[in-house]
Amino acid sequence: MSTTETANHVVENTVPVPDPEVLKSWLRDMLQIREFEVRSMQAYQNKLAGGFLHVYNGQEAVAVGCIAAMRHTDPVITAYRDHGHALARGLDPKIGFAELFGRIDGCAKGKGGSMHFFDRNNSMFGGHGIVGAQCPLGTGLAFATKYTEEVIKGGTSESVTACFLGDGALNQGSVHEAMNLAVIFNLPIVFCVENNRYAMGTAVGRCTASGNQITNRAVAFGMEARSIGGMDVIEVYREMKEIVDQVRATSKPYFVDIDTYRFKGHSMSDPRKYRTHEEEQEFEADDPIEKLTRYLLAQKAMTEEELKSLSKQVRLEIREAVNWARQSPVPDISELHHDVYADTWGDYTGTSLPGYMNPATDEDAATGEASNGS
Amino acid sequence: MAREIEFREALREAMSEEMRADPRVYLIGEEVADYNGAYKVSKGMLEEFGPRRIIDTPISESGFAGLGIGSTMLGLRPIVEFMSWSFSLVAADQILNNAPKMLYMSGGQFGCPIVFRGNDGAGGQLGSTHSWCVESLYANVPGLKMIIPSNPHDAKGLLKSAIRDDNPVFCLESERLLSVKGDVPEGDYVVPIGEAVIHREGTDCTLVGFGRTVYFCEQAADELAREGISCEILDMRSIRPLDLDAIIRSVKKTNYCVVVDQSWSFASIGSEVAAEVHAACFDDLDNHVHRVHNDDVPAPYSHDLEQEMLPNARKICEAVRSVTYNA
Repeated sequence: MSTTETANHVVENTVPVPDPEVLKSWLRDMLQIREFEVRSMQAYQNKLAGGFLHVYNGQEAVAVGCIAAMRHTDPVITAYRDHGHALARGLDPKIGFAELFGRIDGCAKGKGGSMHFFDRNNSMFGGHGIVGAQCPLGTGLAFATKYTEEVIKGGTSESVTACFLGDGALNQGSVHEAMNLAVIFNLPIVFCVENNRYAMGTAVGRCTASGNQITNRAVAFGMEARSIGGMDVIEVYREMKEIVDQVRATSKPYFVDIDTYRFKGHSMSDPRKYRTHEEEQEFEADDPIEKLTRYLLAQKAMTEEELKSLSKQVRLEIREAVNWARQSPVPDISELHHDVYADTWGDYTGTSLPGYMNPATDEDAATGEASNGS
Repeated sequence: MAREIEFREALREAMSEEMRADPRVYLIGEEVADYNGAYKVSKGMLEEFGPRRIIDTPISESGFAGLGIGSTMLGLRPIVEFMSWSFSLVAADQILNNAPKMLYMSGGQFGCPIVFRGNDGAGGQLGSTHSWCVESLYANVPGLKMIIPSNPHDAKGLLKSAIRDDNPVFCLESERLLSVKGDVPEGDYVVPIGEAVIHREGTDCTLVGFGRTVYFCEQAADELAREGISCEILDMRSIRPLDLDAIIRSVKKTNYCVVVDQSWSFASIGSEVAAEVHAACFDDLDNHVHRVHNDDVPAPYSHDLEQEMLPNARKICEAVRSVTYNA
């Protein structure tokens, strides 16, 4: 049982630690995210991926722990450091790489890029590029689930939206507007602040009033809030499970300050001169993947052999995903005028879903192949 | 059965009829519920639909515009009222980045069926910050549609089309027109987005207008008729998509064209129409296209200055005389 200091009171967390098999699946998810990011950086250096690339190394326990505490139909929305959330939500890494490489099989058909990972089938609502702008959208998702469940279906609200944001977003007006709306409309949303201590290169204390206790922001809105550790996936899950269950029951928003660390720079062009090497080493020693690994080994829930095999399996899967994505064609030039409008007029050619979301087409293709072969 | 009702009532009928037909439609904005609408457009709607569907917001445009956009990602179809489009500027990131680009950036996964509507243009002596004409600014952005009705009939028909549209539609109304009365059919009908209408037939010069400027064109056409110049007035009704074919048909008939646009002239709808007409009617024009705009100044408070700033009938008459001097 862990004890957490919240903005208002001390709570005893009674959520049980999940079974070893569940923990192993989380380890697998975190390894997958880490490996995805390692390969993303490599692809960026090889000019397979362009634009901006913001990697998630070090923060894996946040996405995996938070999303494990939710239902698969609960909406998730985040900012531009979004690969981890999309993968934790279930996005196939090969679809993610195809997007990074600007290929037609990407989750946004190569039109969104790294900062815009959307996956409707997995309730992943982006991937948004403007700091804080996803927060009003997040309140809209929470509004929509509640409206649909209560006003249209006549039942009770049962979905919870997780809206992720960084500590840097706390000084955007849209975030404050979103928090105010969430409180006055009683929206079932959790604002998950991934507090990695830097707004790009500006330390939180240099740019954020009461930056040493950011839950104060929520308290000002009359919103319940707590601070939790973000480097231990079990802790993240247990705290979030309690929060998500409460929000589901009360339909009132919650604010959670998740203490984490970004092992790499803000983006690929960041020399990280604003922090010391010693500080980085200190946090790297607190690696969430190693922490869970140590736990599983100590609990004898996993052997060294199993660990090696799992790591190898993930590395192989990601390597295959990269290769698959490299084979995916670049979008036809006609895609330039596709998806601008839902309908067709003038130069605009209407819209369609990405190939991987359209099993009917795949089946047709498969059937076609079969009949051709016979 | 048509009867004469006010512009604001026509807007209300459009919203109410669509809300009765589709539970996914809701109205959200400042003072739309308890207050009955700052300009009484939503008067009585709270009573009929209740507070879950007619929703008062804080003064927080970025927040509630974004909330509306987010809700479309799960299938709702909101109508977001800006008390004035002037106030939409603080929500620019939401309405210009998120609404019109969501479909594209998500590779077709999330469309944004939303209507933003409210007053646009000079009211009466409201000064510069409250007198924005956002049409030229916002029409620049691909992914959105834009309608600017000039009369109650079109207001109801276009707004119903907008609510049913699967794309974000910006509906620009004019405070100065909300009390204008006109014949409006009872019950369901739509005016398709993207179709202009000939407001008045004429032979000598095409006047291209939309929204409030159609009335300025009317005044000018009356005066010019007394001088023997017959103007054809085109009411564009939609800005995106723009019914260029209708303009071209008319210009091929009259050989002269004056565009009347209540926004500023630089990089505007007026300049866009002029460029397109020059390209499409190069051999038909007997003079270059003239443009009448708001003066290139912030809107003043003083009554006489404000009237002079507008693309008023006097300026239109001068432009038509100037463009047709060689007829």
